[in-house]
Order: sequence, then structure tokens, then C-alpha cells
Amino acid sequence: MTLLWIPLLSLLGSIISSTTGKLSRNQSTALTLLTPIIALAFAISLAPAVFAGDVIRQTISWIPLLGIDIAFRLDGLALLFVFMILGIGILVIFYARYYLSSNDSMPKLYAYLMLFMTAMLGIVMSNNVIQLWFFWELTSISSFLLISYWWHKAEARKGAIMALAITGGGGLALLAGLLLLGNIVGSYNLDIILASKEIIQAHAWYEITLILILLGAFTKSAQFPFHFWLPHAMAAPTPVSAYLHSATMVKAGIFLLARFYPALAGTELWFLLVSLTGLSTLLFGAYIALFKHDLKGLLAYSTISHLGLITLLLGLDTQLATVAAIFHIINHATFKASLFMATGIIDHETGTRDMRKLNGMWRFMPYTATLAMVAAASMAGVPLLNGFLSKEMFFAETLHQQLLGSMSWLIPVLATVAGALAVAYSARFIHDVFFNGDPIDLPKQPSEPPRYMRVPIEILVALCLIVGIFPNFVVDDILRAASFAVIGGYVPEYKVALWHGFNLPLLMSAIAVTGGILLYSQRRYLYQYQASLPTLDAKKLFDGTIYVVTKWCQRKISAIENGSLQRYLMLMFAIVLILAGGPLFEMSQLGGQKQPTPIDVHNAVGAALLMIGAISTVIWHRSRVISLLMISVVGLMVSVAFTRLSAPDLALTQLTVEVVTIVLLMLALFFLPQRSPKESSSIHVLRDLGVSAALGIVVSSVCYALLTRPLESISDFFLANAKTGGGGTNVVNVILVDFRGFDTLGEIIVLGIAALGIAKLLANLPLIMPSTDSEGRSWAKERYPILLASISQSLLPLALMVSFYIFLRGHNLPGGGFIAGLVTAIAFILQYIAHGSNWIAERLTINYRKIIASGIIIALFTGVGSWFFERPFMTTWFDYFDIPFIGEIELASALVFDLGVYLTVVGATLMILASLGQLTANAPKEGVHV
Amino acid sequence: MEILYASCVGLLVSCGVFLILRSRTFPVVLGLTMLSYAVNLFLFSSGRLSLNKAAVLGTGTEYADPLPQAFVLTAIVIGFAMTAFVVILAIRGRADLGNDHVDGELSDKDNKAKV
Repeated sequence: MTLLWIPLLSLLGSIISSTTGKLSRNQSTALTLLTPIIALAFAISLAPAVFAGDVIRQTISWIPLLGIDIAFRLDGLALLFVFMILGIGILVIFYARYYLSSNDSMPKLYAYLMLFMTAMLGIVMSNNVIQLWFFWELTSISSFLLISYWWHKAEARKGAIMALAITGGGGLALLAGLLLLGNIVGSYNLDIILASKEIIQAHAWYEITLILILLGAFTKSAQFPFHFWLPHAMAAPTPVSAYLHSATMVKAGIFLLARFYPALAGTELWFLLVSLTGLSTLLFGAYIALFKHDLKGLLAYSTISHLGLITLLLGLDTQLATVAAIFHIINHATFKASLFMATGIIDHETGTRDMRKLNGMWRFMPYTATLAMVAAASMAGVPLLNGFLSKEMFFAETLHQQLLGSMSWLIPVLATVAGALAVAYSARFIHDVFFNGDPIDLPKQPSEPPRYMRVPIEILVALCLIVGIFPNFVVDDILRAASFAVIGGYVPEYKVALWHGFNLPLLMSAIAVTGGILLYSQRRYLYQYQASLPTLDAKKLFDGTIYVVTKWCQRKISAIENGSLQRYLMLMFAIVLILAGGPLFEMSQLGGQKQPTPIDVHNAVGAALLMIGAISTVIWHRSRVISLLMISVVGLMVSVAFTRLSAPDLALTQLTVEVVTIVLLMLALFFLPQRSPKESSSIHVLRDLGVSAALGIVVSSVCYALLTRPLESISDFFLANAKTGGGGTNVVNVILVDFRGFDTLGEIIVLGIAALGIAKLLANLPLIMPSTDSEGRSWAKERYPILLASISQSLLPLALMVSFYIFLRGHNLPGGGFIAGLVTAIAFILQYIAHGSNWIAERLTINYRKIIASGIIIALFTGVGSWFFERPFMTTWFDYFDIPFIGEIELASALVFDLGVYLTVVGATLMILASLGQLTANAPKEGVHV
Repeated sequence: MEILYASCVGLLVSCGVFLILRSRTFPVVLGLTMLSYAVNLFLFSSGRLSLNKAAVLGTGTEYADPLPQAFVLTAIVIGFAMTAFVVILAIRGRADLGNDHVDGELSDKDNKAKV
């Protein structure tokens, strides 16, 4: 097994658990627990190597050019977090089995939890910072799903959105920071980044990089002033809170600080930002926690406060402080997870979490009460428990620093104040809930929970005690390994012990405990004072900000995007004019060195006709039929130009497309008004004329500049290889079906899609057909003139033969699948025009869709066919055969490809025109002209 | 002849752009068609102009550049598909919305004129 398996197993677990909907709750839980237990066993098997100082790595190359690999790395810090994520995750899954009611979907919660676990494992084990960021965002998204698990509750939805907005926003800052970091170092590899402390800190971007990365960490870890999402995230089911807000989600921010500590820490900026943020969060969280009546609210603010404590420790410039921070990460995870779970039991058994109602629970659930009280005592920092040890280390470290210069004595004082507040809210948790008189109208009659619901808490509380009493036996290895990874090579001598003798930290602890109890006993006055303060609701502030920002964006968007096509086009053309016209002014000379071709009479006449056609189209654009006729002149002249200028294939294509287009537009005109009203004011017309004239001038200048410069083309290759490599002498066709056959394949697919789209647009069209033209004249009674009908009928076989001929000769002479397809289509369209859709439908049932599909399939499989001969996609094969009576002919696989093109063109063209034409046959007639 | 060719392309662009800027769907479709002519001719001109040099091997010693021709050929067919789609969209739009204005609704001025 390799490192990749740890997150992979967890992801697998997510998939497995999502499929357990039909199984019983026990089976579902057992199956979900399977993969994390395997992963944990694997992680434990790796532990000895990591404790010995090894870093285990695994790299799978992914996008080497961008320096992005799938890379995993397991050092002491990562291993510590892997243990916490998997260990507490397993307990939470087990606990959730008893917590969820039968109405809640268990597979859904488990699948989200396991997804979240995957994301967390990915963060702590990534060896590539981009990959780390990916998992970071995945935690934001999966925690959104978890918090909004009870999506029918408005507070759950709002809490989830708030958490996503804050942590997601921080994630963007983090991405920017990581990209800068990668640019500074020249690699996204974490190993290299962690070894480049000097380069990073000497770089001009260091400050901004640090601030961006800290923003990511602080938002995730709910540091003041980004803390407010965390209390609102308490709308999640309690197992989720126990997982996200003790050991994982919020610790991801702390992890990030610890992870980048070797590369980013050590500067004054780091110490100031991190320690002051930590200190203010520590105090603020502890203070607010005291006033929360909701049990989970109290725990939420206490979590914020403890996260502040860890952050503060990481911001103190001693190495022992870092050790203390890591130790407190472990301790906080254990006691806070067990407290959340205990809260969940109380909520589960009584139906409320309000401490004003919950009193005297000791009588109803003494066992749970004992467990909760031990955990709460650990939170308060009472001796014999793990919380005491790290708090003691914290107090000791606050004494040894000069962060605030001569005012540095403030830090230990403030730390003691925070300690006293922690004691006070812990005392409240114990006293208010379990003692303090009788319960006040509880929704449920409380009792002890199911036996196994308490097991996870028992395990965690036992850990609190064991670590608290025998710290060196239990956590020394992992603490040392993690500290080694964070400090970077050297772990200072430290001694975690219960008894250090009478010293200053012990005095601080004593003051904190006494002060805390005193505070709690005088709480009535404190509450009165707090109630008299103006309240500042962060949620309202957040909602208000979101509202203002959304409004602002909406205004900006509607200013740019007002729904007027003319305006967008005008802007677009103006931009084109500037971008394309600007460089023209920088050219010294428009004309090039190429000898100009003389103008002959034919060309001059053709050009004149084209210009007259174009101008007439514009002049008569409001009389639509006339302008349509005029534009057909232009199209005709374009195909004449192609004939003249050595492009016979283009001329044939243009001519046939022209016919189809004009027929189509003619048909369309039947359903559209015949005249356009005069709408634009003279000023508008003048403006449009100006822009279009300017664009025309720019384009003709560019075209002229292009034409008068000598040609450097890659086409010599095509000319040289068309016959020998592609087996055809018509180079244009060989390019289409062979050299650039892949383009052609794409093109016929687009054609097919357009035809299908048109058929769908025309389906169920509520059409009202005018019975007269715009001047009130009724249509001709003779719908299908007999002359046209008979001629077109006799022309059909002839036209088909011509198209067949054009198709066959296409590889060597002008022609090919496109042109042949259009000729065939025109032959059929003529039948439609001469006889009407119903007449055709009676005689011929063609499914155009099938023709398009078979065309594309034939073309595709001709291309794929060359794979069977171990050649690249679309390699042409050709050979010459001698057939009696006919003579030598050439057969090429390109011909089959061209057949595919032919079929697609026929199918698509006929489908477009026939589905429009069909409307006239079926649509109801109405006398009123619309 | 280069000047003549370039002027034709320019004129087609001008006419096409002017028509595209109209407020009703049908002239816009015509404008698109016109602009496609111009773009195809422009693309074609990147192979320069040559008389009687069709790129069919064995018909001469010099040949016109076949590559722009191949590109333009596909462009013509795609252009047809696009024109067809837009014009059908215009029909559908008119049927569903009751007018053939490009924005799907008559501007305030038109509404006032109607009242």
C-alpha cells in the first residue's frame, strides 16, 4: 500500500456509504467504518518510520509542464493530523449511528462525512501546494453539505452559505498566496518551498504572500474578525459539529499555519499578525462564550477562543511555544469532540440545548454527566487532565517573549484573564446543566442515552485523563515528530510533566481558576451589564454586506448588459475597429512589394455588379424581398469571383450554397413580416453608417496590405504530397478529406447539430400563417405550377447523376462530397417547391436524422479504420484496380470518408428546408395578417 | 486588381455591419450573410490572387494556394448552417414573442408609437 491509499480509502468509503440506503442502520455504519479503520491501521503501521524522522513521499506525475503533480507526503505533523482525522472520524461515525433519528438519511450524512474526511486527509498529506488548495476547497464544499444537512431548516441553509462564503473567500486568498509563493520559489512542491525560507523572506512579495496565506488560515480557523461563521455553522447535526469544529475543519487553518511555519515564520510581521490575531480571538471568544445560553453556542465560542490560543502560540517567537501549540491541538481535539458529543446526548435526551431550561441533569444521567464534567474540566485546564498541561505550557511561554516591547507583561496578564474566562464558562457548562436546581419545562423526560452512544465519549475522556496523568507515555513520540516537522529539524528540550514545582505558570493557573469561579459566581451582574450593551449581530452585518455587494453587481451588470443586441454589437464593432484599425496607423506603407495584377474588363464588370448588389441590399433593406434578391446577386458574383480566381471548388460550393440559402430565406420570409418599419432616427443611421464605413475601410486596407505582400505558404507540402500521399490530384479536396480530415469531421458534426437544433426549434411552433401578402393581395391559387412540376420531375434523375459524377471525380477534379451533397439536396428541394411537402411525403419517406447520423458514423469509422492497420487516425489508403470494361480506377478510403460528408450534407440541408417547408403544409390558415 | 478586390471586401463588410446593426431580425440575417461573404473573400485573399492556376495537379506548372481554399470551403458550408439556424431562430422568436425585433420586445418608442 502506498500513501495515496489513505485519502483514496476514505473516498471509497464515501462511495460505499452512499450506496447503503437499503441496508439497516447497523450494517450501514459497519460498512462505512470499514475503510477508515483500514486507513488508520495503515497509518499506524507507518508511524515508527515517521517517529524515526523519515518523511514518506509518493509522487504521480500529472501535468509536469505546469509543475503540478499528485504528490503526497507524510511527516510528523501530517501523521498527527491523520491520526486525529481518522480516529475522531471513526468515533463520530459510530456516534452518529445513535444520534440520527429514523427520519434522517444516514447514508447521506456518512457519504458527506467521508468526503469531508477525504478532503482533510488530502490537505494534511499534500506535497504540492496547488493540490493542497484543491483539497482545501473540497473541505469548504463538503462542510457546506454537512452544515446544510438539515436543509429544510432556514438556519442550516443560511449557516452553510455563510460558512461557504467566508471559508471559500479565504480559500481564494489562499490560492493567490500559494501562487505567489510558487512563483517566488519556482516550484509548487512543498518540500522545496519549506526548504526555501531565505529566498521567500528576502523576496519583495513576502508581505503580500504572507497576508494572503494568513487570510486563508484565519478564515478557516474562525479567527477574529472572521469568526462569526462558526457559531452559525452550529445548525449542523451535532456529530458534524463534533467533527468539524474540534479536530478537522477549523484545525485546517491551524494546520496551514504550522505547515508553512518553517518557510514563512520568523519575521516580525508573522509574529505581530499571528500573535495579535490569536490574542484577540482568545479573549473575544472566551468572553462571548460566557454569555451563550445555547450549549453548542458556548462550545462554538470556546472553540474560537481555543483556536485563538493555538494561533497565539504559533505567533510567539519561541520554539517551545510551537511545541505547546501542537500539544494543545491534540488536547483541544479530544476534550472538545467529547464535549460536543455529550451536548448531543443532552440535546437528544431532553430536546433542548438551552442552559436556562437545562438544570439538574445529574439526577437523570449521572454517567454522561461525569464524562461531560471531566471533559469540561479539561477545557478549563484543571490538573490531572490534558488541558491543564498545555495551558501550563502556554502560560510559561507567554512569560518569555518581548513581542510588545516594554508592554510585553500585558500578554501573560491577558492570558490569565482568558484562562479565568475559560474556567468561568466551563464552570457554567457543568453547574448550569448538571446542578443548579430543577429542569424547567423540558420537551422530553431525560434519561441516560443508549449504552453505545457513550462509547466514543468514554474513549475520548479516557484519553484526556491518560494524557493528563502520563503525558510522556502517550503523546511524546507523536508530539516530538510533529514538532520536528514544524520547527524544522531541531526540537528544543522540553518536559511535559504534571508537576514542575511552585512557579509562575502554576500561580497563573491558580489565579485563573479562582478568578474564573469568582466570575461565575457573580454572573448575574455580568449578564445584566452585558444585556445593557448594544448588540452587534455579525449575521446582520454579513447579510447586509452580501445584499449591498449583490445590488452593486446587479447594477453594474445591468449597466453593461441591458438586453439590447444592437448595443452589444455596436460595442463589439467599436472594439474591433480600435484593435484592428490602430496598428494600421503604425505601418509605414500600406502597399507591399508584390507586383500588382492588372485589372481586366471582366473583373471590373463583376466587381461593379457585386458592389451594386451590396449597396442595393442596404438601400432596399426595408423591402425584404427586394433586398433578398439583391443579396443573391452578391452571392452569385462571389462565386463568379471564385471561378475567376482559380478556385473552382469554392465556386461550385458557393453557387450551390447560394441556391439553398436563398430558397431558405425566401421560405423564411413567408413567416416574417415582409417589410421592416422605419425605426432608427437619422442620428442613429448616421452613427451606424459611420461605424460600418470605418470598419469597411479598415478591412479593405488590411486586405490590400495582405494582397500586395509576397506569399509564404505551407501549401507546398500539400501540393507535393497530394498525389503521392493522398492519391488525388484535386489538392483542395485532398486537404479536406485527408490532410485536414479531422477538421472536416468536426465540421460535418456541427452541420448535423445545427440541423437537429433547427428541427427542434421548429417543433410545436405556434405559427399563424398570413393568407395574403403585406399589401393585402391573396396568394396565387395555383400553388404548384404545372410547368415547374413536370420539368423538375424529369430533371431529378439527371441532377442525381450529375451529383454522383461530381462526387466521384472530386478527388481528382473539382467536386467532392460537399458539392455533390448540395447538388443532391437542391434536386430534392426543387421537388419540394414544385410539388409541396405532402406530395413528397406520400411518395418518399426519408428519415433525415438517420441520414445525418449514418454520414457522421461513416466518416468517423473511416477515420477509426486506419487504427486497425496500426496507422494514426484518418490515414488514407488507396490503390488502383483494373476493372473490365471500365478501365483502371482508383479506390481510396478517402472516398468513403467523402461519402460520409455527402450523406451528412444531404441530410442536414434537406432536414433544415423540409422541416420549415413542412410547416406551410400543416399550419392552420388565418385570415388576419399578423 | 488588388485594389478592386480589397474595395469589394471592404464594401461587403460595411454593408454587412450596417445591416447587422438594424433592429429587425431579417436584415440582421442578411447582414450576417453579407459579412460571411466578406470574411470568406478575405480568408481567400490570404492565398493571394491568381488567374487560371486552379490547384488541380497536372493542369499547369504553378498552382494557387489550396489551403485557404479548403478553409473557405468549409467556412461556406458552416456559414450556411449558421445562417439557417439564425433565420429559424428569428421565425421561432417571432412566433413566440409576437414581434421580430432583435431584442424580443419593441422598444419604448415603438410602444408609444403603437399607442
